Amino acid sequence: MGLSVNLLKKVRGFTLDVQWEVEDGMAVLFGFSGAGKSMTLQLIAGLMEPDSGSIHLNGNVLFDSAMKIDLPPQRRPFGYVFQDLALFPHMTVKDNILYGARGLCRDERKAGVKKIVGLFRLEGLERSFPAEISGGQKQRVALARALMGNPGALLLDEPFSALDNPIRLEMRRLLKDVRRKFNIPVILVTHDIIEAYTMADKIIVYAGGRIRQAGPPHEVFGNPVGPDVEMLVNMAGTASLPLCADLHLN
Amino acid sequence: MSAINDATLFSLRLSLQVATVATVLVMLVGISVAYILARKDFRGRVLLDILITLPLVLPPTVTGYYLVILFGRNGFIGRFFYDLTGWSIMFTWYAAVLASFVVALPLMIKTARAAIESVDKNLINASYSLGHSELETVFKVILPLSRKGIIAGVVLSFARALGEFGATLMIAGNIPGRTDTMPLAIYTLANSGEWSTANFMVLFLTLISGFFLYITNRVGMRAV
Repeated sequence: MGLSVNLLKKVRGFTLDVQWEVEDGMAVLFGFSGAGKSMTLQLIAGLMEPDSGSIHLNGNVLFDSAMKIDLPPQRRPFGYVFQDLALFPHMTVKDNILYGARGLCRDERKAGVKKIVGLFRLEGLERSFPAEISGGQKQRVALARALMGNPGALLLDEPFSALDNPIRLEMRRLLKDVRRKFNIPVILVTHDIIEAYTMADKIIVYAGGRIRQAGPPHEVFGNPVGPDVEMLVNMAGTASLPLCADLHLN
Repeated sequence: MSAINDATLFSLRLSLQVATVATVLVMLVGISVAYILARKDFRGRVLLDILITLPLVLPPTVTGYYLVILFGRNGFIGRFFYDLTGWSIMFTWYAAVLASFVVALPLMIKTARAAIESVDKNLINASYSLGHSELETVFKVILPLSRKGIIAGVVLSFARALGEFGATLMIAGNIPGRTDTMPLAIYTLANSGEWSTANFMVLFLTLISGFFLYITNRVGMRAV
């Protein structure tokens, strides 16, 4: 069960060649910008096609180059939260969330929206447009929309990078909460070390399109496999580590 | 003779009728082609773009000449129609529609394409990954978000169709009471010195075109 990927993709002088799997839990793809983290999410969601490899979710084949299976993005059951959130500017909060409902009848949709609006504390904002709400609220709408279709896994592409620190902390807490409630694998892309440390059940360290190290946070942070990973891990600096301990979200 | 007589009213009505029908066709074809040019990569894309844009830069008489070669009684396409049905589009008001359509189409495609290309790719990807088909995405995300450009294209196309002269003259002729749209009627009136009627029509066309430009500007200025 869970999500397992094996991907090879070459684009303009960059080669992504990764293989990993996660059970239920929060996996953090961690590394510098340009290491291939976001590309991995796009390949998983079917928005790009790998040159070869395979993608399995809960025992279902979504992509397999050898078997010539390639499900279109519409048929891959992921909740995808984009880096810029990609809320539809011409739809209200409610319509944005409804747009994520897959194959439900009208009553189920109505009940589903009500439930998820409550869960993400969006009451009273249903008729607002994305331009009229705050960054944290937009964030919650994007998560709500991604979860509305009961996805098999959540893919989050640096969703908190544009937020102020206090809201970012609140969002991390909310995300942990959401993960427990929905009990699905969550793949979180980030280059923020605190986020990686506090959120992850498993950290997958990316560098130059490859995986340098994978494992639980304490293992990766405690025993970096090489100088490059050590440097990545030390990017946190002495200032942020106490903060990190203060805000322990477990 | 008063400026507004039956012939004037006929030209006015014919012009509106031709421009309206041509604009509806331009919308259907133009938006589809604009979408394909904006979002699809295929062989011959550049060629299609050039072919469709040519009427924008060619003299309308040349565009009309091509239409005669294609759709005339002995034309490449027109011949089959004539053999099959004994009917030819030449010198009918449909020919005026065809001329207006071909001349106005590039305006629609240029503006709609730019608008479609400016829609955030992530929004389209989001729609796909939320389970919506390409067609659904077109109608629920792409077209609503490019409506400004599309409306501008429709208004420009209508104004261009209303003012079409050269290509219409070539393929529909200038038959009083049948194919003399306003621009053609103005030409005839000026030739025969009927200034008061000509003045009326010229003023009318100027006002209506100015009005459309005003609408285009307003649509263009309004925020998304």
